[in-house]
Amino acid sequence: MLIALLAVAIGATIISGMVTVYYDAPQQMGREFRSYGANMLLVPTGDQQWLAESDLQGVMGLLPTDKLVGIAPFLYEKIKINEQPILTAGTDFDQVQKVSPYWQITGKWPATGSKEILLGAELAERMKIVPGQSLILTTGAEQTETKAVVAGIVRTGGKEEQFAFMDLSLLQKLLQKNEQISLAQVSIVANQTELQTLADKISEKNPMLAPRLLQQVAHSEQTVLKKLQALVFLVTIVVLLLTLICVATTMMAVVTERRKEIGLKKALGADNKAIVLDFLGEGCVLGALGGVLGIALGFFFAQSVSINVFGRAIAFSPMIALFSLFVSILVTGIASLIPVRIAINVEPAIVLRGE
Amino acid sequence: MSLLELKNVCMTYGKVKALQDINLVVEKGEWLALMGPSGSGKTTLMNIIGCMDKATSGSIILDERDLSNVSKNELTSFRRDKIGLVFQQFHLIPYLTAVENVMIAQYYHSMPDEAEALAALDRVGLKDRATHLPSQLSGGEQQRVCIARALINYPMLILADEPTGNLDEANEEIVMKIFHELHAEGHTILTVTHDMEVGKQAEKCIIIDHGRIAESKYNR
Repeated sequence: MLIALLAVAIGATIISGMVTVYYDAPQQMGREFRSYGANMLLVPTGDQQWLAESDLQGVMGLLPTDKLVGIAPFLYEKIKINEQPILTAGTDFDQVQKVSPYWQITGKWPATGSKEILLGAELAERMKIVPGQSLILTTGAEQTETKAVVAGIVRTGGKEEQFAFMDLSLLQKLLQKNEQISLAQVSIVANQTELQTLADKISEKNPMLAPRLLQQVAHSEQTVLKKLQALVFLVTIVVLLLTLICVATTMMAVVTERRKEIGLKKALGADNKAIVLDFLGEGCVLGALGGVLGIALGFFFAQSVSINVFGRAIAFSPMIALFSLFVSILVTGIASLIPVRIAINVEPAIVLRGE
Repeated sequence: MSLLELKNVCMTYGKVKALQDINLVVEKGEWLALMGPSGSGKTTLMNIIGCMDKATSGSIILDERDLSNVSKNELTSFRRDKIGLVFQQFHLIPYLTAVENVMIAQYYHSMPDEAEALAALDRVGLKDRATHLPSQLSGGEQQRVCIARALINYPMLILADEPTGNLDEANEEIVMKIFHELHAEGHTILTVTHDMEVGKQAEKCIIIDHGRIAESKYNR
């Protein structure tokens, strides 16, 4: 019986733990995925060339603050750097660090409001420039020259390595495009459906903005999550089946061991209903005890997974606990059906004769 | 009207004829001993009378009810209400105390009543051993618990299969004394035994041989 109790407890631990991970993983993984960059772009609608920086404030009001990782505005323009035309982006470096935490910097990030510049690795190599060197930026029809210092070199593994980056306000000032941006990159914790809902909401409230989902990123996230959930589901089913087999086997051994007792009870007048109730009752108590033990262990298991893998604690879910308890009792009840069948077939006359 | 009447009862297991044309009448308050050598069919007959088995043919009328065509569930119900069983091996549940072993028969019959169970133990002289487990009782004491359990639901017929088979002489005497008292109180008793001394104490002896009633005689 102790083995059966342990089997139920282990089963309930896996169920409770896995179901918690099943429901919590998308949220946790969603945050993990955000370190791979933006999943939405905000671009101007129609023939418009620019967006107003103030539009982003309106957009931020539409996005859930607890799920918003960052919005990085970008203004792209070709300017001359040391007499070479270079595609340059003005941006908010604080937001870039949130939206694209994978950017690797040699040197340091340019300070906000400074005349510091960040060069893509390819560009820096081509121009043979290292952090700390000065550059001359030439802008406008009057060919105004501005001195800037290279704060760092950025490696992204993408096209950004061919660009130069500077503080958004500096580029806006140099180009005399105050408040103007080309696009904004948004990073938000949401699945594909939630992203689409948010995008629809943004375009409805801001007709000047066209939100575009980075389908490949959102789709990959969704695929990975679906596969992970399918794996968790499969493991749970296998564990349930193993628990079922283990409990059924143990209960069958219990029935065989107690054949004489069953025979005696029948001889004393116990009908099949009473025998069924006896064993199903025992099975349910076993399921409940194992379930409670498993729920506690399962929570610690899920908590440990969450802390070690995602670095975040999870909250105890009474619904998952109740579900695990119900499943434990159900599995034990089902597992008891075959042993109960054996029990009701016990012939008192034969068993009490010692055959 | 007799309490029990068997008419042409036959029992076969495959080709083996365990009982053949058994005709038997047991009156209320009578004490009968079914005797015979091992394999003569006496236990088979007791199982049929005790509603634990069904005869292949013939009729068994117990308390004016013909049991030959009733379902298994009805047999169980009949056994619960009308019959008290005493076994040679006692068959007490090892993890229950003496009083709980008596109460389990009440549990399947109606409602457990500890006071009544204690009174039944008192009846067989074991009230002070009520909280003992079977392993803490002697063979004779275990058999007395078994008798108390058989009596607890006021059965019409007490069936005892080799009740002294596993007892020493002293305990055999105690148990037989209880049977004499029960008989004197008007209980109907049917004991199955191969022990001539035990058989002689009953009112009437039925000798079974090769599945047939070989002899039927009154002891006094």
